[in-house]
Amino acid sequence: MIEINIKKELHGSIGIMNLDVDLKIKTKDFVALTGLSGSGKTTLLRSLAGLEKAEGIVKVDNEIWQDEKTFLPVQKRKIGFVFQDYALFPNMTILENLLFVNKNKKLSQKLLEMTDLSELKDRLPNSLSGGQKQRVSLCRAMMNKPKLLLMDEPLSALDPAMRLKLQNEILQLHEEFETTTIMVSHDPSEIYKLSNRVIVLKDGKVKDDGIAKNILLKTNGSAKFSFDGKILDIIKVDVIYVAIIAIGQQLVEVTISSSEAKDLKVGQEVVVSTKAFAPSIK
Amino acid sequence: MIEILSNLEYGPLLLSFKLAFITTMILFILALPLAWYLSQTKSRIKPILEAITALPIVLPPSVIGFYLLWALSINSPIGVFFEETFGIKLVFNFTGVVIASCFYSLPFMVQPLQSGFQSINKNMLEASYIAGKSKTETLLKVALPNIKPALITAIIVTFAHTVGEFGVVLMVGGSIPGETKVAAVAIYEFVEIIDYQSAHVYSAIMLIISFIVLLSVYIFNQKYNKKFAGFQR
Repeated sequence: MIEINIKKELHGSIGIMNLDVDLKIKTKDFVALTGLSGSGKTTLLRSLAGLEKAEGIVKVDNEIWQDEKTFLPVQKRKIGFVFQDYALFPNMTILENLLFVNKNKKLSQKLLEMTDLSELKDRLPNSLSGGQKQRVSLCRAMMNKPKLLLMDEPLSALDPAMRLKLQNEILQLHEEFETTTIMVSHDPSEIYKLSNRVIVLKDGKVKDDGIAKNILLKTNGSAKFSFDGKILDIIKVDVIYVAIIAIGQQLVEVTISSSEAKDLKVGQEVVVSTKAFAPSIK
Repeated sequence: MIEILSNLEYGPLLLSFKLAFITTMILFILALPLAWYLSQTKSRIKPILEAITALPIVLPPSVIGFYLLWALSINSPIGVFFEETFGIKLVFNFTGVVIASCFYSLPFMVQPLQSGFQSINKNMLEASYIAGKSKTETLLKVALPNIKPALITAIIVTFAHTVGEFGVVLMVGGSIPGETKVAAVAIYEFVEIIDYQSAHVYSAIMLIISFIVLLSVYIFNQKYNKKFAGFQR
């Protein structure tokens, strides 16, 4: 069990914001942490790691990492941390990167085998692709035998195919080592696939907390489809209005009435939903 | 030509290199923790330390020389302390010149190291702390090996700058052959006694060595950057 109750004042782009989080996380859980940028996700992760100081309590399996009196330095907390930019040591080979954390050769061999990196173990990080680097970073984090694995958008710099492969490896490592994990992610499919609990942060507070299906599926009532989008343009065509809306990378046209056209503004975030027909999948 | 070269007194030149070598070694040991601290700290005293460190760049060597001459002589408590406790005189000898050189060349060691450390990916250092390594271990095993161009620049430029030292040495050391008469001082004296031939030879040697040293630094840095920036994806 990991108990987190921390507060920290953040100076962001929108002024002062208070991070105020009270959470209990079960051992072996895989928690996805999501929310808009600037909502405090990275700060929460860094505070748990001891890389930043926040007020409050962090307790891991009855071991106090932080309370009013004590503050366990980052070196003493049993954590693994995976950065978005890999943060490998360029002067060391892949194997040396792993052994730098812990001299356990058996564990390093096992991790490299699980992630298909055995053949690359004597290479320097700069000769590897992004996906390979992130696998090394993942292995390096596991070398610490962490009680808590923290990942800050680990896959967001990778292409979709590589993401899928790494998601599988993360899942495999989680099943093998059963490490309690908190991962920051913006990708709903990734969150759905990996996590058994999703926490949504907004302006430093927990806004939503539950399983992925309940949190991420945005449809409500009888709606079949529901997407977040942004209005790019509203065009008058004869007597009707057409809104051009960007949903992800896709643009769609939606017919709207003249009264709706008055209420909606270009640049506004909207939810586009439909319920009238049965979708077909090809 | 060969006759001129073989008849020349090389003592001052060798003394310059001895002084530069010792100064560089001492400065490396002293400047490394200082540069590391300056690169990592957010403390309010940082600008003060940075300003003090950079002073030798802007101050006339005669000013540095004058203050050091005063501070190291028996007119000041420091000079008295060394004289009475260890029986060491700190002016007009080689020891005094080494101390003066360390002050004079300090920014040339600290600044490249500091900017090298500042350019390191912070996450990489944090990854080392997370791996349980102390700040010192992180400095020696992660930070230092990854700033090789800055490291080479700091060492070579400090060395070259000390070889080229003139005013401070003259003020603190005078011109005692074998003790404090370095190449730059020797050239000054050659010109004073209108021995242009020796001045020419000495100056040419200094010029050529300095150029070769700087050229090798820049060639190394270019090669290093190609090797380590080339594969980035």
